Amino acid sequence: MKLLTISGSPHIHGGHSVKKLMRGVIVAMMPALLVSFYYFGLSAFIVTMVSVFACMFFEWFIQKFIMKVPTSITDGSAMVTGILLAFNVPSNLPIWIILIGALVSIGIGKMTYGGLGKNPFNPALVGRVFLLISFPVQMTTWPKSGLPFSTLSFDGLTGPTPLGILKGGLSQGETVNQVMSNVDMPRYADLLYGQMGGSLGEVSAIALIIGGLFLIFRKVITWHIPVAFIGTSFIFASILHMVNPELYVDPFFHLITGGLMLGAFFMATDLVTSPMSKTGQLVFGVGCGLLTILIRVWGAYPEGVSFAILLMNATTPLINNAFKPKQFGKAIKLKA
Amino acid sequence: MKTFTLGGIHPKGNKLSAQAPIEIFPIPEKVYIMVTQHLGAPSTVIVNKGDRVKVGTLVAKADAFICANVHSSVSGIVEKIDEINDASGYRKSTIIIKVENDEWEENIDRSTNLNRECKLNSKEIVQRIKDSGIVGLGGATFPTHVKYMVPEGKKADFLIINGVECEPYLTSDHAIMLEKAEEIMIGIEILMKALGSKKAMIGIEKNKPDAIKKMQEIASKYNKIEIYPLKVKYPQGAEKQLIKALTGREVPSGKLPIEVGCVVNNIGTALAVYEAVQKNKPLIERVVTVSGKSVKKPSNLRVRIGTPCQLLIDHAGGIPEDTGKIISGGPMMGKALRSPEMPVTKGTSGILLMTEKESKREASSMCIRCAKCVNACPMGLEPYLLQMYVESLRFEDAENHKIMDCIECGSCQYTCPANRELLDYIRVGKSKVGAMMRSRTRK
Repeated sequence: MKLLTISGSPHIHGGHSVKKLMRGVIVAMMPALLVSFYYFGLSAFIVTMVSVFACMFFEWFIQKFIMKVPTSITDGSAMVTGILLAFNVPSNLPIWIILIGALVSIGIGKMTYGGLGKNPFNPALVGRVFLLISFPVQMTTWPKSGLPFSTLSFDGLTGPTPLGILKGGLSQGETVNQVMSNVDMPRYADLLYGQMGGSLGEVSAIALIIGGLFLIFRKVITWHIPVAFIGTSFIFASILHMVNPELYVDPFFHLITGGLMLGAFFMATDLVTSPMSKTGQLVFGVGCGLLTILIRVWGAYPEGVSFAILLMNATTPLINNAFKPKQFGKAIKLKA
Repeated sequence: MKTFTLGGIHPKGNKLSAQAPIEIFPIPEKVYIMVTQHLGAPSTVIVNKGDRVKVGTLVAKADAFICANVHSSVSGIVEKIDEINDASGYRKSTIIIKVENDEWEENIDRSTNLNRECKLNSKEIVQRIKDSGIVGLGGATFPTHVKYMVPEGKKADFLIINGVECEPYLTSDHAIMLEKAEEIMIGIEILMKALGSKKAMIGIEKNKPDAIKKMQEIASKYNKIEIYPLKVKYPQGAEKQLIKALTGREVPSGKLPIEVGCVVNNIGTALAVYEAVQKNKPLIERVVTVSGKSVKKPSNLRVRIGTPCQLLIDHAGGIPEDTGKIISGGPMMGKALRSPEMPVTKGTSGILLMTEKESKREASSMCIRCAKCVNACPMGLEPYLLQMYVESLRFEDAENHKIMDCIECGSCQYTCPANRELLDYIRVGKSKVGAMMRSRTRK
């Protein structure tokens, strides 16, 4: 008789794996990625490829030569970080800056803490914010939109993002209505499909929502963070808009511009850096929503999603301690 | 349709033996009767080597409060009292009986006619259950009579009968419900009488429509017994989860079901109670499922306690070539056996043969904090956190995070994408914390 395996229960496994989760995220990002190729052309493809391969290379290099541990680049998490980083930069960003971004994302954002699962901040956002602060000019020079399948070179036409136009107009004393009638300002339908200036992956709200729903459907993420994030942004912006429509733009504009959809579905929901309990996730989402609108309306930057998520990432351990899952048998309910 | 609210998972049912009728398994040449087949204090052996025993002769006596009698399941001569490995791998005292003929104790009614009238009063019923050595047949093997000694000031509103059988592969309860529905109902009536409760609720998951139909048909003759079809979700057969699903009541942390006015017993136990009270037959046999993806003939066998599992497997077509693991019980909570020599005990609900491929775990990796374990935990615990506390020997923290509430259902480990050994650690933690708590009360 051959030897039998002895182990504790359970003896079966549901078949989930980190690899499958990451593959789910990558598939969910495909619609937005394809839209970005459509609007920004070859340059978007190059930026994405560089970012993905740089992230995977740095992870492999650091694990192999510095940490001296078995490499884990096959789990797909570096690839996800790479795509997300590319999603968060303009498509005309010089390659050397992307490489720096990838190094910061993986090196500082992820591996210094011990790798996947240990990082307190979303690695792609760490890289993005590092680049935004270090290279403000390159990071806010957006390629002009509206030229499908363009082969824009790196010094092609450029234009501001809708949020940039809004911020610029308001700071010069214009009313919301005046800003909205600006020739550069895209119409709502265009905003929804993604015909606007902006980071590579953030432009198409529709593509991002499709991807996000796929993630929820595949149970990679739950609805709590996206709904709380988007809902809070919407409610907060509506209140402001109702108080003074001259000064504060209507809430739909906030939802479909900038990185809000990308942030709500793909960045804030990062498994590692978001809270564990459902109530905790709701609190996290609400915090992200509030901070995003606060920064957009009163901050120095036109866009606040990245900062909002990073700030909330910092509170995740506290949220985890404060909001525990509902325990069984805490309250005795006696029905007759 | 009812179900419990917190957590839960949906493993594939794999009820391969669902259509197999109960076969009477032949009496083996030798049986190995473990002295302690229940949860609680060990029983005391009262036979010696060379003694002649009959079917139903008491061979080990319960001395403590939470303890159960053990009877001989065969007639023959006590060959040896030895120590053999139990399902957990510990050496346990065992009575080995060499079988001669099939002589039963005279007071046992071996007829198959239905005996509906129960003349005993509540106290006498509990005494009979105790004398017959009946324990929970769902797998936990808690002595049944203890549940029916309701403490002063408590009242049992509901008797809950567990026909959920949420473990994949297992079908022994299913088979019993199809073939012994009438006996089960009488057993339930007897238990209700013992308890003084007004209503009995039977929970059956809706993946057993034939059992639900059959039971409903029979239950309509009994006005206090109701059948509740339940949504399919693991671990619905866990005591606390079943109470929640059926009554909406939550058993408080660290308390027993009687706290919320419920007593829970398994379908198989109800049948055993019928046989004990109406036929005077002690617990000497049970239905065991033999199953597995490569098993030639997945079966439900009515087996004498103490029969070596190997014989049951042979009956089901022998050990398949690709077997990598043999489990006593279901795949979620069962125990992996060291060898198929292990005898059937009162708690053996199934013998499962896993293929080589199924038996190996994937290598585990770092926790990615996906919260799948938190969402799957039916007790609302944080398995990832408990695992980390135990790994870093922080047992006080583990205790504060209610590690003792864990019912070891394995849902966390089942869903973990990083294949972490969550339950292995939590089990170690529970035994450490349990010892810590006991030493505290001793002081």
